[in-house]
Parts: sequence; structure tokens; C-alpha cells
Amino acid sequence: MTEPAERQKLVDFRGGGFVPRSNRWIGLLIFVAILIAVEIGTRTGFITSLTLPIPSDVFATFVELWRSGLLWKHLVPSITRLIVGALFGVSIGITVGILIGLFSIVRAGLAPVIAAIFPIPKIALLPLFVIWFGIDEGSKYALIAFGTFTPTVVATYGAVDNVDRSLIRMGQSFSLTWLSIVRKIVLPGAMPGILSGLRISLAIAIILLVAAEMLGAEYGIGAYILEAGSLYDLERLFVGVAILSILGVTVSAAINWVESRLLNWRV
Amino acid sequence: MDLQLKNIGHQYGDLDVVRGIDLDIPRGKIICIVGPSGCGKSTLLRLIGGLERPIEGQVLQVGTPPADSINPLTFVFQDFALLPWRTVEGNISLVLEDHGLSGKEMEAVISDVLARTNLSDFRKALPKQLSGGMKQRVAIARALAVRPAVMLMDEPLSALDSQTRELLIDDLVTLWTREPFTAVYVTHNLNEAVRLGHSIVVLSRRPGEIREIVNIELPLADRTLGNHQLEEHQKRLWQIMREEALAADQELIDD
Repeated sequence: MTEPAERQKLVDFRGGGFVPRSNRWIGLLIFVAILIAVEIGTRTGFITSLTLPIPSDVFATFVELWRSGLLWKHLVPSITRLIVGALFGVSIGITVGILIGLFSIVRAGLAPVIAAIFPIPKIALLPLFVIWFGIDEGSKYALIAFGTFTPTVVATYGAVDNVDRSLIRMGQSFSLTWLSIVRKIVLPGAMPGILSGLRISLAIAIILLVAAEMLGAEYGIGAYILEAGSLYDLERLFVGVAILSILGVTVSAAINWVESRLLNWRV
Repeated sequence: MDLQLKNIGHQYGDLDVVRGIDLDIPRGKIICIVGPSGCGKSTLLRLIGGLERPIEGQVLQVGTPPADSINPLTFVFQDFALLPWRTVEGNISLVLEDHGLSGKEMEAVISDVLARTNLSDFRKALPKQLSGGMKQRVAIARALAVRPAVMLMDEPLSALDSQTRELLIDDLVTLWTREPFTAVYVTHNLNEAVRLGHSIVVLSRRPGEIREIVNIELPLADRTLGNHQLEEHQKRLWQIMREEALAADQELIDD
């Protein structure tokens, strides 16, 4: 301790950043900020009424739509189409995906077919569906079902492929039956992949729903938007778009909820 | 039930993995298989357990397994292989569900094996909540639940830190002392081998052949940490293995 004290300095900290942190309020804040900016811009005339509608007018239009009862008249058929179509597409998709994942013969036969129909824009096939399934609900169901089918298949067989082989080997080593291995090991193991595939397929379902309704429907969000667009009624157009947005957020929240229930075992 | 290996040989493509293995696995003994990395120890275990079919030779069951044995040849894996979506008891019931046990019988088996592995308080826990040592205890409990005639343990302690390993070695010794079981125990850790093995089979580097079989008479319960006799055995085993390990280490891997 007789030596002269050496200069002391804190070690520089350089390990910060690169860690994503969740902060849900900032997202909301940005959203509100944009709305306020547009509101001010349109009211002062900085943004012309041809470019964007006044947000508060859009909201008023929405409230009016609600009051008049027309909201449900448009929303109920849309949601029915979405549910029926997606239910068909997703359930057939998961089944086919699992079959492809489990059986090499099915994979050899169907994987190329799926790869071939995946990139076809399903909207292009709508006229065909109209002939096959009729101009009314049938063709819309078919379009949505077909559009959700292919991404679901691809996600599902990918998920089955990614199931930990060591768990399957464990099942075999305990002489579990084939069906038990599929039901208790392969399916739960593939669930995370299937659910994240569902996220994509349901977003596609909403897009196709609108496309189908634009091409021939009396009621529905798509029809509502199309009508507003052709009249250049920006307020109603934006109401329609906002409803779609909310629909998308709701679907995504629903999947989050299912994930938190079904996948609570994930680390 | 005993197991008998007759002239086992196995290849992956052109690669000779094991060759000419003759080995008896007698009832109530723990046989340790040690060898340098890549010598085919784990492959040999999979061949014994019927997860792979040997290209040459045969694995024979001598005698019939006890009538109450649900799964005569039962594995314990290095990576535990627990289903992450099932609780501790769910992981154990998984291996009982296909065998027509009543709910009551199943419950009794689960309680029994959890008590034997000191896991009774962790029944409802998910694997993600457990430490590595606890996970392997669950895997051991699961293996015990099916009353195996032979336990096939594939480096069961290699994924654990050395303190946990000591604890689990003690657990295994206690389990065996209370109720002797038959086991084939693959490891690369010579200390584990001398602590747990009634006989230790040293394999050469690839293609694995039996270099030597060392028998240790000392009862398992007396094999304490730092026991002089065990250290002699371990030293001798290392002398046998050292060259093989060195040569295996310096091998070029070509695919």
C-alpha cells in the first residue's frame, strides 16, 4: 500500500443494445400521432380533401354505419365467408400436410402438385370458380378455401418435418403404437409450425375475401369498399379499410390466444 | 433375461462402425461400454435395443423377460427426450398408455417411480421448469415405469454438469442397490464407468472392436469418490484408451 495510487477508471460498458424489448405503447402512440397529424393537415387544407379524408369524418361515417345497422349487414356475410372458407381450406390443408409429412409416397405424389399451384394467384381463378361453384356464396367459399389451403399444407408438412426426431425415436424405443406416436408426439410437436402457418393463411384469407366480394356481392366489406371507391367516397372507403384492419388484428389476436393456451410448454 | 451379442458388425454406407462384437449381458449387472468418440458405442446400443438392425451378427434374448415387464428393452437418452408439452407425470403416463393399464394401476406405477426418484413434489411440473439433472431423473423414472428387463443408457449423464453428475451417480447406485437392474451403460467418462460398471468394455477407435473387458468386484455401494482401488482401475482404463483416443482425435473426417 506504499506505492502511489494508480489512476482508477470505470471499465467502459459496451454490451448494450441488440436486445428487442417489448413496448406496446409506442406503437399506439405512433398510430395516434399519425391520425392527429392527418387531422390537422386536412383541416388546415395542407392536405387536400382529394388526397385524404378527415379522420374525424371517417369516424363519424363509421358511427353512422353502425347506427343504421348496415355495419352488421356487411360484416356478417363477410365473416361467415371468412370462417366457412378458411375452415375448409385450413382443415383440408392440415390433413394433406400431415399426410405429406408422414408418408413418403404421398409426399412424392403431392408435394410437386402443391408447389405448382402455390404461386398461382387464386384471384385469377375466380371466374373458373364462379362456373364451378355458382355466382353466389359457393365460389367465394371455394376461393378462400383454395387460397388458405396451399400455405397451410406447406407450413404443416414443414412443421411435421421439423418435429424432433429424437422424440420419435424415444416413442419407438418405448414400443408406442404408430398412431400414438403420430397423435402424442408428431402432432403436438408440429403445432407451433402449424399455428405460425395459420397466421399467414388467415391473412391471405382476408385479402381473398375482399377480392371475391369485389367481383360480385351485394353485401360484404369488399362490396362496401368497391362501392365507396367507385363513388370516390373517401370517408366510406377508409371506414371499409379500417374494418379490414381491425379484422386482421382480431384474427391475429385470436391466434395469439390459441398459441398461449396450446403452446405454454414452449421455453 | 440375459442378452447375447454374436459377432455384431455394422456399417453406414462404406463406413465401418462396429466390427466383430461378442458380448454377454448377464442379469442384474451393469455393463459399461467406453471408447473414444465416434467408436460406435451409441450405434452398438441402438443395435442392442432394436432401434437399428445389425448388418452382420445377431442380438439374442436368452430366456423370457419377466411377465410384468411392459417394455423389456428400455432406453435412457443423453438428451432426456422428454415431451416438452407434457408434465412430469404426463411424460411417464405416455409410455404406459398403450398397454391397457387401468387408471388406478397407472397411477400406482407413476407414484411409485416418482417416489423412487425423489420426484414426487414435481409431478405437475413441465420439463422447461426443471434443471438438467431433474429432467434426467424424470427420464429414469419413465424408464423404470415400464419395468425393463434391460436398461440401455446412452451417455445419460453427459449433458449434465459435474456436480449434478455426482448426485445422479449416487441416485443410480441407490436404485441399483435397492433393486438390482440390468443395464448397458454407454459413456465416454471413465469415472462414471468405474463407479457404475460391474464390467467395463473398452472399444477401440472406429471401427469399434472390443479391446478389453475389465471386471470390478467392489460392490457399487462401496465405490465412493476418491476410492483408491477405483482410481487404479480408472488409470488402467485410461492407459488402454489413451492411444485410441489420440488416434481418433487426429483422424481426418472425410465425407
